[in-house]
Amino acid sequence: MKLNKNINLKQEDINILNLRHLYEQYGFVHYKMNKFEEYDLYVTNKDFLAGGSIITFTDTNGKLLALKPDVTLSIVKNFQDCPDTVQKVYYNENIYRTSKSTNTYKEIMQMGLECMGDLDIYHISEVLILAAKSLAALTDSYILDISHMGILQGFLQEVKLSPKNEDKFLTLLREKNSHGIHALFDSLRLPEEYRETAITLATTYGSMTNVLKTLRSISLNETMDQAIEELETICDVLTMQGFTSIYLDFSIVNDMSYYNGVLFRGYINGIPTGVLSGGQYDVLMDKMGKKSGAIGFAIYMDLIEDYDTSLEGYDVDILLLYQKTAAPDKLFEAVQDLTAAGYTVQAQRQIPKKLRYRKLMKFEGGTLKEAYEHEFQ
Amino acid sequence: MNSSKPMINVALPKGRLGEKVYDLFETAGYPCEGIKEDSRKLIFENPQAGIRYFWVKPSDVAIYVERGAADIGVAGKDILLEYQPDIYELLDLNMGKCRMAVAGPKNFRDNTGRTLRVATKFSNIALDYYTSRCREIDIIKLQGSIEIAPILGLSDVIVDIVETGTTLYENNLEVLETIVPISARLISNKVSFKFKNREIESLVKKIRKNIKE
Repeated sequence: MKLNKNINLKQEDINILNLRHLYEQYGFVHYKMNKFEEYDLYVTNKDFLAGGSIITFTDTNGKLLALKPDVTLSIVKNFQDCPDTVQKVYYNENIYRTSKSTNTYKEIMQMGLECMGDLDIYHISEVLILAAKSLAALTDSYILDISHMGILQGFLQEVKLSPKNEDKFLTLLREKNSHGIHALFDSLRLPEEYRETAITLATTYGSMTNVLKTLRSISLNETMDQAIEELETICDVLTMQGFTSIYLDFSIVNDMSYYNGVLFRGYINGIPTGVLSGGQYDVLMDKMGKKSGAIGFAIYMDLIEDYDTSLEGYDVDILLLYQKTAAPDKLFEAVQDLTAAGYTVQAQRQIPKKLRYRKLMKFEGGTLKEAYEHEFQ
Repeated sequence: MNSSKPMINVALPKGRLGEKVYDLFETAGYPCEGIKEDSRKLIFENPQAGIRYFWVKPSDVAIYVERGAADIGVAGKDILLEYQPDIYELLDLNMGKCRMAVAGPKNFRDNTGRTLRVATKFSNIALDYYTSRCREIDIIKLQGSIEIAPILGLSDVIVDIVETGTTLYENNLEVLETIVPISARLISNKVSFKFKNREIESLVKKIRKNIKE
């Protein structure tokens, strides 16, 4: 990928280019999709979209279409099983969802990738590494939190909560609400061992090595053992790669009727909500009639843009002032000389009120000269 | 931002509860001069202790924390249940205790033959409670003086916070059912909890030691 060094790219453009380059390096192929999708696809998987209404409209042939609220479902739909291989795609798309705070539709820019097929630990680790590398490409200060649904699944198999109490427990877990878990388990008269395991799952947070040590001691059954073992293998790979900003956090929970295996969230210092979200979703694949497994993540690019502070620079390098009498062809030549030297230029007859420029110049008597603000006030 | 030691930004609820909460923070080793003096100042900081307090409207604390303007804060469980902010609830501070309850005229008999009219500030809590009991209700959202609604026939019952029950008693009302006990909770922004983990966890530990049972 070659870029003209003189091009003044905005930070958001640079971010996208960097991420595209990163994903292509690891063999992910760009996946472009339509803005519309048949409404049916989303209705049958409504829970996967975590609520919110969908913008629908009728096509000229009477079919009900929707502006896509999600990318993963479309990619999964178009995927074809092929044994022993994986398909790797990345995307950069706008999606349409209702905003929680204003309760109106919002356009959200998402960039992400999906790896579908015969997954093994290598592929899972690779996706996690790419998640960490994506964050590193966006900021100097990031955190990637990893959880494993198998651990929670194993725990729930053992404790056997009613669906209603399970919901309550999962809410408390997401809030790291240890006093709430304490009260809930006591009110259900569950053994102390279960209660303490639940509290450990909610409150344990820290580096991979530290948390894994704690985990081994709280395993209750084989499902948990297996998940812990898988997590250990993955963490070994990540540790070997020298990642220090990766932590384990089991309060990350997502819908178990879609997700299994690793689940992860990425955070950037200075942005108050998560910017990256991903996980393994073999169960969704199964629901959509695919035999393969799948893992992927998405980055909310609009959040990063909203909190970008680098915009406080200049609009142009040079503001070139000219008089009404200046010959247009000579003026254009002068502008071109400056752009050829790598500057961005705006030619004006007056200094515009809110323009931020690095340097002021004037075009006088057919030549370029330095100029000073007081001359024009 | 101070690079040597990250400051923890704390949103405290204005009022009596907030002052009690500050006392708890002070005994836990996070004092801040001048905070209790009567002034119009809203922000107070103690760089040595690595803490910055600000007073906000109690019902706004969760918003400040959820949006990251405050790293941690203290909010009543009623607010958390009503607005369901995406935050961590780290401690039950065991203060500001009261309960969310259904209240109505003494000897109130629920006529299950028609929709129950409920006046409340807490429409989500009321809706959740009655949905879980499969009782159809009509919510009348009010901002204050809820007790007057059943007296004037605006509603059949009210859902509100009850501390001692005196206001209810003086208006010939009584608690019919308790929905959930309420107390003040220490909450944290999810991302601050990660980037200021050491500072927040150590604060939580110190505060926990000072909570009165």
